[in-house]
Amino acid sequence: MRIGSAKQSYAADAALFDSRTQQAWLVLLMLALVAFPFLAGEYWLYLACLVAINIVSTMGLNILTGYTGLVSLGQAAFMGLGAYTVAILQARLGTPMLVNLLAAGVVAMVAGVLVGLPSLRVKGLYLAIATIAAGVITHFIFGHFSQLTGGSSGITVAPAQVFGIDLDSSFRLYWVIVPLTGLMLVGAANLFRTRIGRAFIAIRDRDISAAVLGIPLLPYKLLSFAIASFYAGVAGGLFAYFFRAVTPESFPLLMSIFFLAAVIVGGMGSVLGSVLGAVFMTMVPEVLKLIVSALPAALVGENATLVLSPVRTIVFGLMIVLFLIFEPHGLAEIWRRTRRLFHLWPFRT
Amino acid sequence: MPGPAPVPAIVPAPVASSAPLLQVEGLTLAFGGVRALNGVSFAVQPGTITSVIGPNGAGKTTVFNTLSGFYTPAAGRITFEGRDLAGLAPPKRAALGLARSFQNIALFRGMTVLDNIKLGRHCHLKSGPLAALFYTPAARREEESLRQEIEEKIIDFLEIDHIRKAPVSALSYGLQKRVELARALAMRPKLLLLDEPVAGMNREETEDMARFILEVRREWGVTVLMVEHDMGMVMDLSDHVVVLNFGQVIAQGLPADVQANPEVVKAYLGSGNVEALRARFQAARTKAH
Amino acid sequence: MDWWLLFEITVAGIGTGGLYALTGLAFVLIYKATKVVNIAIGEMLMISAYIFFALSAGMGLPIWLAIPGALLVSGAFGALVERSIIRPMLGEAPISSFMVTVGLASILVGLVELIWTADQQRLPEFLPNKHIQIGQAFISPKIFYGFWIAVLLIGGVLLLFRFWRGGVALQATASDQAAAYSVGINVPRVFALSWVAAATIAGVAGIVVGSIGGISSVMGVFGLSVLVVVIFGGLDSVLGALVGGVIVGVIESLTGFYIGGEYKLLATFSLLVLILLVRPYGLFGKHDIERL
Repeated sequence: MRIGSAKQSYAADAALFDSRTQQAWLVLLMLALVAFPFLAGEYWLYLACLVAINIVSTMGLNILTGYTGLVSLGQAAFMGLGAYTVAILQARLGTPMLVNLLAAGVVAMVAGVLVGLPSLRVKGLYLAIATIAAGVITHFIFGHFSQLTGGSSGITVAPAQVFGIDLDSSFRLYWVIVPLTGLMLVGAANLFRTRIGRAFIAIRDRDISAAVLGIPLLPYKLLSFAIASFYAGVAGGLFAYFFRAVTPESFPLLMSIFFLAAVIVGGMGSVLGSVLGAVFMTMVPEVLKLIVSALPAALVGENATLVLSPVRTIVFGLMIVLFLIFEPHGLAEIWRRTRRLFHLWPFRT
Repeated sequence: MPGPAPVPAIVPAPVASSAPLLQVEGLTLAFGGVRALNGVSFAVQPGTITSVIGPNGAGKTTVFNTLSGFYTPAAGRITFEGRDLAGLAPPKRAALGLARSFQNIALFRGMTVLDNIKLGRHCHLKSGPLAALFYTPAARREEESLRQEIEEKIIDFLEIDHIRKAPVSALSYGLQKRVELARALAMRPKLLLLDEPVAGMNREETEDMARFILEVRREWGVTVLMVEHDMGMVMDLSDHVVVLNFGQVIAQGLPADVQANPEVVKAYLGSGNVEALRARFQAARTKAH
Repeated sequence: MDWWLLFEITVAGIGTGGLYALTGLAFVLIYKATKVVNIAIGEMLMISAYIFFALSAGMGLPIWLAIPGALLVSGAFGALVERSIIRPMLGEAPISSFMVTVGLASILVGLVELIWTADQQRLPEFLPNKHIQIGQAFISPKIFYGFWIAVLLIGGVLLLFRFWRGGVALQATASDQAAAYSVGINVPRVFALSWVAAATIAGVAGIVVGSIGGISSVMGVFGLSVLVVVIFGGLDSVLGALVGGVIVGVIESLTGFYIGGEYKLLATFSLLVLILLVRPYGLFGKHDIERL
């Protein structure tokens, strides 16, 4: 049961982790994250890096869709732009990793603003459709500007180099990806402690009221787009360093749907939701793989892997539909309910 | 329904002793064929409480929406602190000190009371996106002083400290209206537009709200312009009353004068001439047969 | 400049445009009645084509049984989707029902891949085979007949809305469900009917499109072009779907021939961006005035 959590200063009240127990859990989490790479096998490290990359992109999309209420089906397109930026810079200029990642974020951010400018003249659904257009257009660019992008075969990316060490294994990449992810999560949480984040939520809830309060709508919507695309760009850059290859087919519309699903399933408008959603959506295909390989051959036919891809597609769609109908506030809400249960225990509600 | 009566010549705007805070001249606005506003003129003196009254559909909320900047008048001028508001978008008018509440509550349902109020101060805060992302010391200081000021000046004043962390969707109607007032106050407004502040409230809530409005005027020096139907409240609180009917100002002046004005009585209650009404009925009935 | 060639390409475009318009009609029906933006319309078209495939090629039914059968099943499917997925979203923000259709699209694609694999299949022939000749231009018969089927259906719906009070009921339920209820309109029935009708129409389009280009699990991409069509014409305008469909069809056809096939989708979406910049609510769409 949670008692004695009264705050004595406004600063304490506004802190991100405001109770002793929360801070203790945080320290434990940090220790676990540091110990993990030494204890886990290659497969789990691979997954951890992938989850972290997905968390960054999901968080970005959540800022745009969950907090500001602007539905986007173009997150993969902006990731692609980030990935290609990193790939091209690495191949042509050999600039350091962090510079490349920053550039990836900026390129994606500029593209986000360019997409937002025409689309934000109308209400949300037209925006969603316009973001699909962004995906189509970027796919075209990746495939056709061959001198720059390597055309349909794409670009292979040499491993990133940090202090002269080649980051060519999941173990090594972990130490860059995970802290970066953590930083970006803290950044997002900070955003919603200040007027910028509040403005985003206001725009989502009732944009006319927001305007009357002094929030100019178009600039702030564009800002939301810019930040979300920046996150997508960085995630895309990490993607390039992680998978070491980028092709035009690496960032299909289905990937944008994946991230939208992650936002919905995790919880719209919640930093924790972004984390939970990304973890859940990344682990689901892995769990599916385990299930499918464990099923008797008679059920799935000779080639189990052939079944895996469509089943994965079905499950994605099913996740979106089921969570929207039964738990529209996502996993984050389930988490909050469980926490409340523990806070109030032994009382019920 | 009879059309608008010809505007009587005896509707002078009050003689200004000092420069009016808000001056509305000849506002005209039409929606398609409907003349919502037809040459509306009035002035609001600083430090006063002015009420705009009139039957339903008279154009009161339309005046407010035009003042806020959602509608562009076909003719006429709005001057605020001597500055013409033409062409200024709503966010810019807010920055000038024009705050507004809505008829149907327009709070942000995804946020707590405290966050809603903090949003009121938005245009006076300075931190940009980068400062926000990194929560720089400057941003932190701004947030904390904002919190302190809101707690001490607004939350205490409007007696809503017990609900400050509550999500607004969980509050009663009366409390939500009070939170809306709090949010408008956070804007440090010079002119506060209140659209039916006590609509749907019971007697006790109405008296509370009336008290708050008076104190807002006295403690904060805020000028209040309100649309209201509760005649008791209008007559008790207002320094100046403007009466609209069919988009025209049919009377304005002191509450007592307006109350006695026959045009105003006619607009609300009909002409009171029962014989004329009976004659009209008969004529309609014979025509129907 | 080979004018007959240009004519041929343009007519082919008009023909495809008719099919776009037909699918757009299904979309507009749903939007007019329930205010739901159904992004899964291309996938609904696809599933109908596959049902026809299953009935005719898989089960060997004769064409005159398979087509009505497929349309019936499509309609039933529409009702199922409405009841199970869309109805619970009533009263939620429009974004939610839109995202639910995104989920639906994904489920349908996965289902098709699971049952029939992702490979392309050919539908049994049922349209006449002879090329139509106008002057020196040859028009593919499938596109020709497909176009007239589309025009007939669209014309029928336009007339229906004009002269049947159900059309007004449809618009009433879309603009205010509570008010529609209170005047005696059976709102759930209107919803179900609109989805059944839309699914059936999408079914017709699916069968025709499938016979022209074969069926595959990525057929839903057709729906992306249809999105451009309805935005161009206005989300709630049947006439706009027709006009928009023809225009988009012609532009795609011309682009495909004179510039290159890979550029077709790009051209369509560039058109979309242009429309959003110039006339966001479409040629015939109504811009709802929000009461403050």
